[in-house]
Amino acid sequence: MDIKNLTIKQAHDLLVAKKMSVLELAEAVLKEAEGSRDLNAYLEIFDDVRAQAAVAQKMIDGGKATLLTGIPLAMKDNILIKGKIASASSKMLEHYVATYDATVTKKLRDAGAVFVGRTNMDEFAMGGSTENSAFGVTKNPHDKTRVPGGSSGGSAAVMAAGAALGALGSDTGGSIRQPAAFCGVVGLKPTYGSVSRSGLMAMASSLDQIGPFSKTVEDAKIIFDVIKGHDPMDSTSYPDTPAEIENKKPKVIGVPVDFVHAKGVDPRVLENFEQSLEQLKKAGYEIRDISLPSLAHGLSVYYILMPAEVSSNLARLDGVRYGYHADGANLADDYARSRGEGFGREVRRRILLGTYVLSSGYYDAYYGRANAVREMLKQDLAKAFEGVDIIATPTTPTPAFKIGEKSSDPLQMYLADIFTVPVNIAGVPAISVPSGFVEEDGAKLPLGIQFIAPHFGEEALFTIGQDFEGARSF
Amino acid sequence: MAIELKDVEHLAGLARIAVSDSEKEVLRHDLEEILAYVSEIKDVAAELGEPAVGELHNVLRDDEGPHESGVFTEDLLAAAPAREGNRVFVKKIL
Repeated sequence: MDIKNLTIKQAHDLLVAKKMSVLELAEAVLKEAEGSRDLNAYLEIFDDVRAQAAVAQKMIDGGKATLLTGIPLAMKDNILIKGKIASASSKMLEHYVATYDATVTKKLRDAGAVFVGRTNMDEFAMGGSTENSAFGVTKNPHDKTRVPGGSSGGSAAVMAAGAALGALGSDTGGSIRQPAAFCGVVGLKPTYGSVSRSGLMAMASSLDQIGPFSKTVEDAKIIFDVIKGHDPMDSTSYPDTPAEIENKKPKVIGVPVDFVHAKGVDPRVLENFEQSLEQLKKAGYEIRDISLPSLAHGLSVYYILMPAEVSSNLARLDGVRYGYHADGANLADDYARSRGEGFGREVRRRILLGTYVLSSGYYDAYYGRANAVREMLKQDLAKAFEGVDIIATPTTPTPAFKIGEKSSDPLQMYLADIFTVPVNIAGVPAISVPSGFVEEDGAKLPLGIQFIAPHFGEEALFTIGQDFEGARSF
Repeated sequence: MAIELKDVEHLAGLARIAVSDSEKEVLRHDLEEILAYVSEIKDVAAELGEPAVGELHNVLRDDEGPHESGVFTEDLLAAAPAREGNRVFVKKIL
């Protein structure tokens, strides 16, 4: 069995045809997970994988198999699985055991999926390299001197290593798509509100969204179809996909030329992007240049709104009700010491930044204006989608960078998200699909192309993604 | 936007985060740099009006049908760093 290239769809066919048992599949995946421990991609490999496999096998034997029954999946460490530790890669929650299932966990469990383990990430999903984990950096399977991206770097790395058939991550500013591109796998950030956030540790609530990692676009759709849907436990979850969304086949791709050719974009990334567009042309798509100047403000809006929401959301971690506790001289001192010692450097930085932009006297100048520009960006994007079906950009401005290369310069690190951040600000869906490689220091580093669709346009993303998989030349 | 060390101390106090002296200068520098970068939106936003506000509607469930008392107590208290009986234990504040 070629476990590294086995897709969910193929595994499903083998399982229901009884050509492979769930246990055989789970053992093969566990072997890869054990064999790639040096990547530090899994924080924990669960000790009940075989028991879960037995439950899934019963579902198959009883003729109740879904497409995900018996499929080994990895979970980002900020998504709750009842009875398991969920630490968000933070010292703050190092020993925190989830007291309930996230809605996505429950949906996957009901579908018969097997949870292999929880994956490393930037602490509380803040970062683009997994270097901010309190439990050590994850290494990129394509070049172990490089980062896997982040914040869902562990989920992307286990996919590239063949140590899971699918994985969940969360994406606040690119945290699924950017690591997917760096690790050469597919990553989907669904429409805001299409997948319940109940049981996902909140980072920036108006931007966070759970989504899948997979080897193929078809597999991403299989996972998305299971985890999507309205949830009364998430007040921002949409009741249903609005009826007015027509699932017409996308034909016209808009390319925001000025934005894509921004300063700091690696020429090799641009060359690969142009080649991808040529391949899409051959597959029957029309490419149209568009102008979307407001996209350039995405990063500024993001680094105001996100830390503002972070500073509010992480206020709950006080060392009193759960999590890390440090004893001080009095209660106020307990708070300050617990939070000062429990949170890592980047988390502390963002909380302070968020406190600043929300503080009296600066609120209007930063938070208020960022909201106004967010609205403008949304409207400009909606207008652009009147003329095109899909907007395409590279997923990242560079291939995976070296471990330590950007860790002392937060602003440089933030720029790695330039193409992905505007998508979260507008709440639209986007997918990153592998588009080729660049060679550097003897390693082949993956690149990705990002397709963006209007709200609830996931089907269009799957269509163009699969067309691109068929047309690309590597 | 110049950020001074006393600003960092003030923010750390508001955020209830103890910050070491050696880290204060790093934070001061980082905050200044990040704020300088994001400040470009001030010019963009100056041309925009007030953002449209959506229609307000209640997103919370009705306050009815509570769960049985005590069913989650043990799970939740087990996570607390310190407890006393069925309560989370904290230092006195008065």
